[in-house]
Amino acid sequence: MANKKQPVSRVLGMGPIEPDVSGSSRINVDDTERIWSAAGGALLATYGLRRGSFGGLLLATLGGFMVYRGASGYCPMNQALGRNTAEPKAEDRAVDSVEIVKSLTINKPREVVYAYWRQLENLPRFMFHLSEVRQLDNKRSHWVAKLSDGLLAKTLGTVEWDAQILEEVKNERLVWKSLADARIDNAGEVRFIDAPNGQGTEVHAVIKYRPPAGQLGSAIMKLFNPAFEEMIKQDLRRFKQLLETGEITTIDGQPSGRKSEQQSGKKPVSEHAKADEKHESAML
Amino acid sequence: MKALCYNGVGDLRTERVADPTIINPKDAILRVILSSVCGSDLHLLNGYVPTMREGDIIGHEFMGEVIEIGSEVKKLKKGDRVVVCSILGCGECQYCQSTQWSLCDNSNPNAWIPEKAYGDSPAGIFGYSHAFGGYAGSHADFIRVPYADRGCFVIPEGLADEAAVFASDALPTGFMAADLADIQPGNIVAIWGCGGVGQMAIQSAFLLGASRVIAIDREPDRLRMAKDISGAEVLDFSKVDIQEALREMTGGRGPDRCIDCVGMEAVSEGLDYYYDKTKQFVRLESDRPIVLREAILACRKGGTVSIIGVYGGLVDSIPMGAAMNKALTFRMGQQHGQRYIPRLLEHLQKGELNSGFMLTHKMSLDEGMKGYDLFNKKETMRVVFAPQ
Repeated sequence: MANKKQPVSRVLGMGPIEPDVSGSSRINVDDTERIWSAAGGALLATYGLRRGSFGGLLLATLGGFMVYRGASGYCPMNQALGRNTAEPKAEDRAVDSVEIVKSLTINKPREVVYAYWRQLENLPRFMFHLSEVRQLDNKRSHWVAKLSDGLLAKTLGTVEWDAQILEEVKNERLVWKSLADARIDNAGEVRFIDAPNGQGTEVHAVIKYRPPAGQLGSAIMKLFNPAFEEMIKQDLRRFKQLLETGEITTIDGQPSGRKSEQQSGKKPVSEHAKADEKHESAML
Repeated sequence: MKALCYNGVGDLRTERVADPTIINPKDAILRVILSSVCGSDLHLLNGYVPTMREGDIIGHEFMGEVIEIGSEVKKLKKGDRVVVCSILGCGECQYCQSTQWSLCDNSNPNAWIPEKAYGDSPAGIFGYSHAFGGYAGSHADFIRVPYADRGCFVIPEGLADEAAVFASDALPTGFMAADLADIQPGNIVAIWGCGGVGQMAIQSAFLLGASRVIAIDREPDRLRMAKDISGAEVLDFSKVDIQEALREMTGGRGPDRCIDCVGMEAVSEGLDYYYDKTKQFVRLESDRPIVLREAILACRKGGTVSIIGVYGGLVDSIPMGAAMNKALTFRMGQQHGQRYIPRLLEHLQKGELNSGFMLTHKMSLDEGMKGYDLFNKKETMRVVFAPQ
């Protein structure tokens, strides 16, 4: 449906930037092996989670890893060992990248908006699916994503990667790419433009990523992508809220008559976390 | 604390829930003194607004006492007696800064829900479904008020709680309806709906220079108040042909300004009611725009139709040809309360507007369901809950 139309980034005239094919978007597990891995992994994970003990958790983790490996066609251990059981030409079989575009207008001067974003350590304050961004030097940074508390999170644990700023024009634009061996290869560009009539700053963000490879992988990503896209958009809305009002709009923690939220110690889950969880569960 | 919670269509229960706490630095916590029912709550209760969840605390028209403030609250202080705008505005985005508060970019934490249906998100509203933010409402002992400096207005001394509570919603909404109608001195204004918002629109229309106001309803008590208290000429749509009556009463021209204070759950005596009710029942149409159609047909050439009664989704068979060829102006929107409330409190204090009469029943939170039943059957103008 949407892929018949030209990418929105082209309408915006933003640079054709593609994530490298380095990590999980490369297929290095053979098809038959993938099916067995996925099926066996699912059984192990289910059995392990049902047992609920520490041993069960170990089984579940192993199962989850096998599901991931089967579903994606990418095995980090194969990668590490230099083992590739996929077809000989598999190195060419990269997955098409998926594009997410979000633009919004922030009622603050361009320098202020740019400076806040450029201080990459600030990003987790509004990007709730990042737990940490650490600047390694002026151009390179280390990113740690945090998945919401769903099945996917239990399976994959943390997702980390290094990124590099390829191009930087102060107060105007930033272009970055993830470096080799990222679990999810990604690249992106953010532009900062004065909005007309003193309405503040337009922020245009284009993020491209390659989903974990393989037919199973891309089928699953179809389920996952709307949630991921919504997540990125919600991150940017929070960026706007934080810069304009100094706080992030929320209802998390307010009272309701729902019994589940009244139990002590149980933090209410935001609508978004719930939606993410639903999509993540659908993945596995 | 006690709170009145939604538990499904037509099912409200008073329940024990946790007390609200300060979550963000610009929040305040209020002890609710009075909290009114509103016609738009009936849309929620009757199941016309999706994204209500079991356990949601409803209510959005209220006043109370500030008992706690967050670290970034600058203007309010503990002990202030305030009325709170039912719609939340951050005060910092471009919309709030141009006083279009109900279009606030930041106050709806669930902006992604209406963005899908409306293309963009309006402001958050207290106790008014998750599409409008999912904020806990005011039919409770206490309430958390985000952006408290922007939404809370100190009530002048001498102004009774019973009058001030309506400066939260019914009064600014009715006033905005008259303001949107762009009333010129001497205009004749027709107003559909004599509930709380309609009553306030009648009085506001006079305040803004209308020479005559013709108010339309079928509830005898509401028509009596519209006539005796708010000062309108009244028409009972169950007894007269509204189109004919309006045309004859205005020398064949039609009213200069028409105001819809009814919205999506309109009723009529004609076949059109059953047409819309049936389509609505099978979900081919979400709203019944009976009043809107009537207003378009009645309005004089070149006149203005002001829509303040709430619509949520799709309407059908709008006489667009009539609107286009009579060169009508349409203006509409949810209330920009923060723009009007200071001025309205002054009008109330000086006696230029009268709102207290609308409080016809005062009840405790335990009588919540009973109060809404009375209100739904139109056996009361406004039930107001006094939590403690």
